[in-house]
Amino acid sequence: MSANENSFFLSGDHLSPAARAKKERLEQDPAARADIMTYLDGMEVISSDICQKVMTEVESYDPAVYTAKEVTAALNRERLGIEDFKALLSPAAAPFLEDMAQKARLETTKHFGNTVYLFTPLYIANYCENYCVYCGFNCYNKIHRKKLSLEEIEHEMAVIAQSGMEEILLLTGESRAQSDIAYIGEACKLARRYFRLVGLEIYPVNTDEYRYLHTCGADYVTVFQETYDKTVYESLHLAGHKRVWPYRFDAQERALRGGMRGVAFSALFGLSDFRKDALASALHAYFIQRKYPHAEISLSCPRLRPIVNNDRISPRDVGEAELCQILAAYRLFLPFAGITVSSRESAAFRNGIVKIAATKISAGVSTGIGDHESKYNEQKASDDAGDEQFEICDNRSLSAMYREMADEGLQPVLNDYLYM
Amino acid sequence: MHNDPFLLGGHEFHSRFILGSGKYSLHLIEAAVRDAGAELITLALRRANTKEEENILDFIPKTVTLLPNTSGARNAEEAVRIARLARAMGCGDFVKIEIMRDAKYLLPDNAETVKATEILAKEGFIVLPYMFPDLTCARDLVNAGAAAVMPLAAPIGSNKGLAAKEFIAILIDEIDLPVIVDAGIGRPSQACEAMEMGAAAIMANTALATAGDLPAMASAFKLAIEAGRKAYLAGLGRVLTRGASASDPLTGFLRKGE
Repeated sequence: MSANENSFFLSGDHLSPAARAKKERLEQDPAARADIMTYLDGMEVISSDICQKVMTEVESYDPAVYTAKEVTAALNRERLGIEDFKALLSPAAAPFLEDMAQKARLETTKHFGNTVYLFTPLYIANYCENYCVYCGFNCYNKIHRKKLSLEEIEHEMAVIAQSGMEEILLLTGESRAQSDIAYIGEACKLARRYFRLVGLEIYPVNTDEYRYLHTCGADYVTVFQETYDKTVYESLHLAGHKRVWPYRFDAQERALRGGMRGVAFSALFGLSDFRKDALASALHAYFIQRKYPHAEISLSCPRLRPIVNNDRISPRDVGEAELCQILAAYRLFLPFAGITVSSRESAAFRNGIVKIAATKISAGVSTGIGDHESKYNEQKASDDAGDEQFEICDNRSLSAMYREMADEGLQPVLNDYLYM
Repeated sequence: MHNDPFLLGGHEFHSRFILGSGKYSLHLIEAAVRDAGAELITLALRRANTKEEENILDFIPKTVTLLPNTSGARNAEEAVRIARLARAMGCGDFVKIEIMRDAKYLLPDNAETVKATEILAKEGFIVLPYMFPDLTCARDLVNAGAAAVMPLAAPIGSNKGLAAKEFIAILIDEIDLPVIVDAGIGRPSQACEAMEMGAAAIMANTALATAGDLPAMASAFKLAIEAGRKAYLAGLGRVLTRGASASDPLTGFLRKGE
């Protein structure tokens, strides 16, 4: 697939002639783009065999070779191996979706009971130095940019904490220049005062930087690889440090070496072959867990969503049934792993999937910058608020989510964690 | 069985069923305690580390003794910190040590558990260590000042029953402290069997949390544990083996009076 087929590129009419020429050159001429396997100055290289283990399995995976026989065998097994997991991700497993869901539900209940964890993301800046063509924050997209001051961050946190939320995920656009480690560290220290659990979803950093952020109060790190398909990755992440594919791949391992308690993985479904990306995401988690058995592991499952200035972006062939198949397969292969489903998905999908495989969902979500007070109190947003990364689908507040989960017979949990 | 008290760390209990409080709705705790007849209930301190509107501590009847656990601890130092925090929060002197360096199976780290037990016992805690049923470790725990040992029957949450039966039997034979079978018990019959073997008490959580009717299952466990205890005290009868043994005694050649 080429990036053009997905209608990602937007006009650069707002740019200076030089910037526009550079943007168009990046889009049209692969030779103008940097090598995705070459590290940039300052990027730590660690010695690890995990990438090779994951990619060997992924590159040899052919979903078309699996039949109902392998799917049935996988469903009858108590502990699934990698081959079983591959069968469950294949098209041959589609007719068995209900059986997979039933079995996944038993595993989820065994490990997590009827609990469902609630959290909210807080975007503190949307500056970005990368050109990832599908992302609303990309450096060529004409959006309102904003970076919250520490006072503004604290105000946002106070508003969110007031709603009862106890777990927060701090996000930035990927700009070291605008959102440096010191700034993110101060945000973590503030977050520790208002919340019990602080996670990070920021640009990948070095081990010593993860260690510093851990001492500031963060304990979980989420990094989305977007796609494990290097050819597609190269065609979608046209410029910036994010273009360096292996540095991103090793982020979770550096985070664990830096003392973080847990790490989360995902591809962004819709960019490439979703079956291969789902296999890669889960195997990435699987091999990390084998190497770092104390680590808490979780998987997310974002699908492409429309962005500011481009409402044509869609998850293509990854419908809700395919997403459900992926998540049931994740649960059966990794019974102990957390599975997070974001507000990109509809309320109906999230209400259903928490009974099958998901263990954590977000509530009271805004992907904009500095607009929680207006959103939580139904006021008009300030003109100064930063634009959103993508459109969300499920906009339930924490209290509505809490109530609805309890009505579904589930036990909403706001925190089950101690910072050590 | 009022003449059969369960002595634990200098305290006297009459129920031998220790109830877990995880994985199910807080509003069911009271009914579970009542129908289980439980006097001890575990709670994860990390779960109690929450704001007031849904704090698990508010849902536990005041009549039961709290047994805070250190889940989330990855080494002895973290377990000790959690135990001290539990005491500071008013959870009492009991503590169940849980130390896991394995997020997949949640198997206990016996070596770190011994270290934490020694530190906390010296600080006056009544220490109940969750452990893999290893005799050498159990002896170390006795020397470290544990009030009981809590060997797992099977991987936690697995409902697999007495997978480690032979090793638990060794602990019951060799260790003078109460042996409380913890983790993996999935059915009342398995709890009953452990009690028949001479376990002092049973701890269960997932078996109840995943039951169709939680309070009813709590009651079923209560009855099974009582039945097992009674059978143990009564002394199990001889198990007849199938097939006839030799009609002439093997020792018949011995001459009488010699």
